[in-house]
Amino acid sequence: MTEAQKAKKEKKSLNRRTLLKALAGIPVLGFFTFEAFRKINYDSDKRSRVIKELGLEDLKAPRVLTVSSGKKGDLLRLGFIGFGNRAQQLSHSLGFMHPDEVKKREQNGTLAEWLEQEDLNVALTGICDVFDLHAERGLATASNETRPGGTPGKTLPVKRYASYQDLLNDKDIDAVIIATPDHHHAHITCEAIKAGKHVYCEKSIARVEEELYDVYDTVRNSDRVFQLGHQIPQNVVFQQAKEIIKRDILGKITMVETTTNRNTASGAWIRHLDSNGNPKPGNESSIDWLQWLGSRPYKPFTTDRYYNWTKWFDYDMGMIGQLFTHEFDAVNQLLRIGIPKSAVASGGIYYWKDNREIPDVLHATFEYPEKEMTLTYSANLASSRQKGRVFSGHDASMELGGSLSITADLDSTKYREQLDKGIFDSSGPMISINPGSGGDVDAITSATEKYYASRGLTTTYINGRNVDVTHLHIKEWIDVIRNGGQTTANIERAFEEGVTCVMANKSYLEKRRVEWDPINRRIV
Amino acid sequence: MKVTKTFTTFQLTTLVLLRMLIGWHVLYEGISKLLIPNWSSAQFLKESQWILAGFSEWIISHDGILQVVDFMNTWGLIAIGLGLILGLFTRLAAIAGAALLFVYYLNNPPLIGLTYTLPSEGNYLIVSKTLIEAAALVVLAVFPSGSEFGLDRYITRFIKSKTKKEE
Repeated sequence: MTEAQKAKKEKKSLNRRTLLKALAGIPVLGFFTFEAFRKINYDSDKRSRVIKELGLEDLKAPRVLTVSSGKKGDLLRLGFIGFGNRAQQLSHSLGFMHPDEVKKREQNGTLAEWLEQEDLNVALTGICDVFDLHAERGLATASNETRPGGTPGKTLPVKRYASYQDLLNDKDIDAVIIATPDHHHAHITCEAIKAGKHVYCEKSIARVEEELYDVYDTVRNSDRVFQLGHQIPQNVVFQQAKEIIKRDILGKITMVETTTNRNTASGAWIRHLDSNGNPKPGNESSIDWLQWLGSRPYKPFTTDRYYNWTKWFDYDMGMIGQLFTHEFDAVNQLLRIGIPKSAVASGGIYYWKDNREIPDVLHATFEYPEKEMTLTYSANLASSRQKGRVFSGHDASMELGGSLSITADLDSTKYREQLDKGIFDSSGPMISINPGSGGDVDAITSATEKYYASRGLTTTYINGRNVDVTHLHIKEWIDVIRNGGQTTANIERAFEEGVTCVMANKSYLEKRRVEWDPINRRIV
Repeated sequence: MKVTKTFTTFQLTTLVLLRMLIGWHVLYEGISKLLIPNWSSAQFLKESQWILAGFSEWIISHDGILQVVDFMNTWGLIAIGLGLILGLFTRLAAIAGAALLFVYYLNNPPLIGLTYTLPSEGNYLIVSKTLIEAAALVVLAVFPSGSEFGLDRYITRFIKSKTKKEE
């Protein structure tokens, strides 16, 4: 071999080596791709097996969020009776917002989301509130032209009424929203229905038994549409929970636990001071105090009583009326349990030792011997430890909050085989449904996923559009007014809930077990 | 920089090995985000504490920006991972990777007094695996191995031949 040949050969092999060195990453990438595919297949197999074993493959998310009410009917003219905090939230759901709130949302970037809300084709034409400040806010809200669906060409004039009777007498109002303190709910609902108005009334429906029968009979014997203000069942996740129950995923359900866990002054209904500790506005010259009291015994005006009325049994039922109502409605919509056979409630004022009458710690137990189950309510205003809303079945349990998770029971009969084989794992939730994934079913197979789901962390970001559940609830009421049908929280559900709450309240006050007499339809 | 010339084969091999390992990790982090339906960085950003907390808050509160961040993050990770494995634009990939990892670190540094609800897989004091991985990428940027083992070999040659011609 000559020197030249040698050099040429060396150059050739150098070139080959250069190429091999340059492509060193290719086999690594090949191996990566192979392993990544293996992992993807393994994971999806495991997921689909859990869902398949439960027979949930066809459980698709109900796309309620995109369903529109179709052709809108005539413009509906609404009146607000009571225009406090809750009424403001309700007006947002209806598509009306106070200019100050618009400004605030513009600044924090949440206005666009609200402007995307469906336009319900309604006008707020009447406002009634005993407090001048609230009524003025109502008028400004109703006439603000910043609206979802664009600025209207012309708005109907909005009028303030000195009393709710005046508002009800106005023939130009089609329907009313009652957002007063609870002691006015039942009688205003009755009068509104008699005046021919459709009614959306905030919970709770009634304070005492007699009111409850009155409002039930009045609404039942009319053709007006009634909706009680509960929004939980409008959640996508809730719709899926209904399917889970229907398909008997949990086995025989013998206990449902509901709870309230709050630990703030505001949560305990101490709300008469602003953030600087000064009393909130309002006095007897700006508040029609006698109208506010209504039929209740005379008490001198104080800002404490006006803002914190929940603390006294004269005006409501405390946690039972304000919070358990939502819990009961959620359970009743799912299981259709109706009125319990008996109720026992006990508790006390153990932390918020102000002038209140309502307990701040309360337990209530409701028996359903025919359904073979117990419903409990465990409430605390002095500890925010979360206890969750839990449906316990023989084969699995379901925790239902902002998201839903299902955990197989260690000693389940139905899932024995899957548990033994390791397809199901009872140490943490195996399935979760959260609004973030649009209500689709996710099988939980990794430790991190278990962690997220058990804390409901998967729910915080809603991909796509954030829809206000109260909006859906009000929209349902308006759709039924226009097209007929049944509202979710109709008078039957409202009555069942009302009786249950009054039973618990009676039990607490009279310190005894109370029962429902289904034949005479009376609490005994 | 002509540093590569002075590497022994063994030195070079360990550098390439480190590059491939980090590339593999970063690439799979990117791919797995693609595979999780509706994956979003919102949960991670929500946990943000210390100096980037305000910035992260701002990202979360703007839906459009959050979507851009999610997209850039996923595809950025994939691009960086591919670059490191293939030795393609190695230095750029290493620098970008180090910067990205450092941002992750700054969002939840294990400083005394900062606690997180997200589980971490180890016990850290100021220094976390993320910070170490970022530092390792800085090392890889300073000691580039792509022009020896990687597609950069052709790119540097191409640039060289071009500059020669121009001369």
